[in-house]
Amino acid sequence: MRLSVQHPGTLALMAALAFVLRGSLAYAQDSSLTVRIGLTYAPGTKPGVLVLPVNGADGDSVRAILQRDLDYGDRANVIAGEAIVMDTSSDGSRGRFNYPLYARLGAAAMVQVTMTATGLHVAVHDVRTQRVERVKDFPLAAPPLSPDWRQQLHAISDAIEFWITGGRGVAATRILYSSGGRIWQVDSDGANPTALTAANPPALYPAWHPKATHMTYAVMTEDGMRVAIRELNGNGSASPRMLRAPAGSVNTSPVFSPDGETILYAHGLDNGTDLFAVPLSGNESPRRVTVSRGRDAVSPSYSPDGRRIVFATNRPGGLVLYIADADGTNAEALTPYNFGDRSQRTDPSWSSDGRLVAFQAETDGRSQIYTVSPRDGGSPRLYTNEGRNEDPSWAPDSRHLVFTSNRSGSWQLWILDTESNRVRQLTHAASGARAGAWSPRLIVH
Amino acid sequence: MNRTHRAIALALVAAVGVSGCRRTPETVATPTDTTVVPTETCDAACRQRTADSIAAANAERDRLAREAADRARASAIAAARNTLLATIYFDYDAFDIRGDARAALDAKLPILRANAGLQIRVAGHADERGSDQYNDALGQRRAASVRRYLTDNGIDAARIAIVSYGEQRPAMSGADENAWARNRRAEFEITAGGNNIVPPQ
Repeated sequence: MRLSVQHPGTLALMAALAFVLRGSLAYAQDSSLTVRIGLTYAPGTKPGVLVLPVNGADGDSVRAILQRDLDYGDRANVIAGEAIVMDTSSDGSRGRFNYPLYARLGAAAMVQVTMTATGLHVAVHDVRTQRVERVKDFPLAAPPLSPDWRQQLHAISDAIEFWITGGRGVAATRILYSSGGRIWQVDSDGANPTALTAANPPALYPAWHPKATHMTYAVMTEDGMRVAIRELNGNGSASPRMLRAPAGSVNTSPVFSPDGETILYAHGLDNGTDLFAVPLSGNESPRRVTVSRGRDAVSPSYSPDGRRIVFATNRPGGLVLYIADADGTNAEALTPYNFGDRSQRTDPSWSSDGRLVAFQAETDGRSQIYTVSPRDGGSPRLYTNEGRNEDPSWAPDSRHLVFTSNRSGSWQLWILDTESNRVRQLTHAASGARAGAWSPRLIVH
Repeated sequence: MNRTHRAIALALVAAVGVSGCRRTPETVATPTDTTVVPTETCDAACRQRTADSIAAANAERDRLAREAADRARASAIAAARNTLLATIYFDYDAFDIRGDARAALDAKLPILRANAGLQIRVAGHADERGSDQYNDALGQRRAASVRRYLTDNGIDAARIAIVSYGEQRPAMSGADENAWARNRRAEFEITAGGNNIVPPQ
């Protein structure tokens, strides 16, 4: 929820009401949000956060980015006040803060940012106790407004979000996706969309190395699809390493294991498609993981400890999710299959806290985003209903999902907050965007 | 066509003969007529012209006949090529060969048998519905299933390469059953021996 301060009197009422509503809803869903990191606020509510104007060159950009990151984090209500109301220097009371006003605006926390020679000095104030709760100097060394500068600033947002809410944000992340046959990356706030691969051969389905040093993806050649692995070193010149594969075979949906040592991918030739694992070091041959016996298994995702996998298979007839040990043993259905059911359940993504598997399933012929518990396939929950929605990928906070939707008229990436169901559009790519993959945190303070 | 051309050629020969050789004077020229009038029937040059024109006419006739035969042959080759490259279609989420596709594949068999040097690539495609990655697998199954049908009917597997393009290369854009039905397909491409196709007898 985003509040304006046109009428501060009514706003406080609205804010209070919103807190009560959100508090009861969120509390009913999840009591684990009872967190106290310095600041005190009701369990399960979103604290109001007010970022004071930032003086100096690019101060407005710094404030705008911090506010947007906190807003996109969905854990705080960002109070977008008019600068004059909060300008501490305008009334001659420099260095003193109008805590009663911040409280009336609905703020539980106030963020005071000062630019220094090496970066930002950040102080977080508890509005109720009128005290500074946290102070830290953060580096901000890259050229102002450059992609690196924005990432460094996003990391500061994530730290502030952690101080105030107890949950670390995912602003300092990027999302890989495919558009027009090329792999692209974009910042979590939609800035800096950048192509990483050439237009030919067409490249699809990117996935991150757990340390974000590499990506793996599929390349479409006239001799079949091949798995590629490429370094992400910033200069974009690194040529990809291609996994060997028999001529005419299909090799798709590659992912890294959580330790970064193995690539798991779907390989098919004449008689069905199975998952194969190949170690990245040495010359070992790919090892068969699934035994689909003439059926297909695709789109694997690892559990965060790397000991289990979830994947899509048509073993029972229609396409459903199966879960198995990482070596393929102890495979069992995670989602049910009813005979004759043609609604596919596919594209699973295992959250990094291990608690949920997100996937797409068809409802009335349209694919939608769901989650289930990987323990028993229980507690299914539906998140979307507008247009077609596919291919979810978890953010490292295990709370946000990036997914592909055609709700805007073309296929674009959208971001969903699974706590509030709030969505926002991430890409506006002319040739559409698909197969989003959310990075791990790129900078952590 | 052939006959018409031949008739025109013969008429030409006759016309040349008449104008060149058979103009013998039938009446005495008037003194005022100072033009030279040939008095002999046909000299050597005249006979040469006649022979040349007959040879030219024969050559033209043969050329036309050859062209006609070439056209007939080219059209048979084109028909064979079209039959060989004809796309076949599949049902939703299926890779078994449908009845209409079976007929289309059966028509390709004699062409492949008559041209042992012919090599093809079969590309499997899927419609846009469902998982992109499952559709990669499905495209592969469709291409493999076509190859199996052809090899079951005696075509050497080494002559048939397969590839899956999943849902990435639709033949028709659109999100309706008409477009989907056109996109669930296997396409055929000649990769070797395409220049000298012998039409089946």
